Amino acid sequence: MKSGKTRRERVITDEVAGYITRVEELSYEVKVQDVMTRDVKVATPDMRMVEVLELFREFRISGAPVASKGELVGIISIEDLIRALRGGDMAAPVSEYMSSSVITVKAFHPVVEALKVFTQTRVGRLPVVDEFGKLVGIITKGDITRGLLRALQSTYQEEELRRYRASHLFDDIVSDRTSLILRYTVKARDFVRGGRASSSIKRALLRLGAHPQIARRCGIAVYEAEMNLIIHTTNGGTIRVEIEPHQIYMEAVDDGPGIENVDLAMQPGYSTAPEEIRELGFGAGMGLRNIQRCVDELSLESTPGVGTRLKMHIYLSEGREQLRERGDEIKSMTRQEMKQRSSRDDSSGDH
Amino acid sequence: MTLQEIIDQLGLKVLTDVKDFSQIIPTGGYASDLLSCVIAGAPRQGVWVTLQAHMNIVAVAALLDLSAVIITEGARPEPRVISKANEEGITLLASEQPTFQVVGRLWELGLKNGG
Repeated sequence: MKSGKTRRERVITDEVAGYITRVEELSYEVKVQDVMTRDVKVATPDMRMVEVLELFREFRISGAPVASKGELVGIISIEDLIRALRGGDMAAPVSEYMSSSVITVKAFHPVVEALKVFTQTRVGRLPVVDEFGKLVGIITKGDITRGLLRALQSTYQEEELRRYRASHLFDDIVSDRTSLILRYTVKARDFVRGGRASSSIKRALLRLGAHPQIARRCGIAVYEAEMNLIIHTTNGGTIRVEIEPHQIYMEAVDDGPGIENVDLAMQPGYSTAPEEIRELGFGAGMGLRNIQRCVDELSLESTPGVGTRLKMHIYLSEGREQLRERGDEIKSMTRQEMKQRSSRDDSSGDH
Repeated sequence: MTLQEIIDQLGLKVLTDVKDFSQIIPTGGYASDLLSCVIAGAPRQGVWVTLQAHMNIVAVAALLDLSAVIITEGARPEPRVISKANEEGITLLASEQPTFQVVGRLWELGLKNGG
């Protein structure tokens, strides 16, 4: 897993995808007070509309809260100003044109609260108040965008640093053969946590600088192996993933009940899953086939009453990693090729 | 076509956090209730139509980087499924219509790539 210029360019799409969710996370972490404008231009109820026009012009703003003796009583916007202008009523006081039902947000709330109000009400700006209801700022969608971009920039740098460190792991640590081993314990029938091992592995690989396609293939293979442990085993099992610069080796091991007929289990559509599990959408009999599609080598050893060991290899070489999606490859395969392929996979196993 | 248009045209209920769906452009679609079939067949960034509503749809959608999951026939996931989906950044949408109708409407809207 060396890093290089081409690698950097290739990972960008998944990074970008990752940061979209990061923006959502940030909208929960970043507080309104972190992004709001503190220096609020305030109008008063007895101000004349023509003065509001001057205020807006001078500070290049399009709305302002209206306060009387420090108390928030309304909000006045450019739309109100236009109404006054059309009616030739610019001498009227603000109190006649302002909207007095003001929606506010709290300074200490996450920005997602402000975002919710923006989507629900279509207002352009929200006065921000402290815990005592005192006006402390104003927030617009633009403030939120800028604030989130700023926060994203700093976390982006953190993640870059993490990725940089992780992706250099194999270069920086010198040994005759360096490998990183990840282990996960999977409980039988634990459907709720199903997918935990596979999503952790996918994330770890992306961080190590693996091509997104490789991370996805490993994710799928481990997901299917994980679900097999959950659905079929007596006591659950373990998943062990060994990452090396030239290969990823994944292994799922359990202590029973074991598979009666391994050849039959490898056949697409064959499943021994009970009805209540099939109702959940499992037991399609496609699991092993999906794994086969994603890995370069697969072997399944099983002894009834003793247990099962599923071994999966993905080989990493610069050329291979650049391969297009394996799914496409499989789809364009003829039946005959599929047959040859699966018999080759069967015989390549060391069972 | 954007995910926002799909949501509007099909009258889908957004179960997870609101995002800017007008920026999400699904590449295609897939319909099945068998998770392994979805893993094998759903196109990346696609929309998956299913009546399954349990926790593992989130794992599958995250694994495949799907744009959204449309849960049909009024099935509703548990709150913990929804919060997990939010955690993973997966969009869950709900329809009262059966899968057949939902897929038919998606096809009419021009979403014809089956992966």
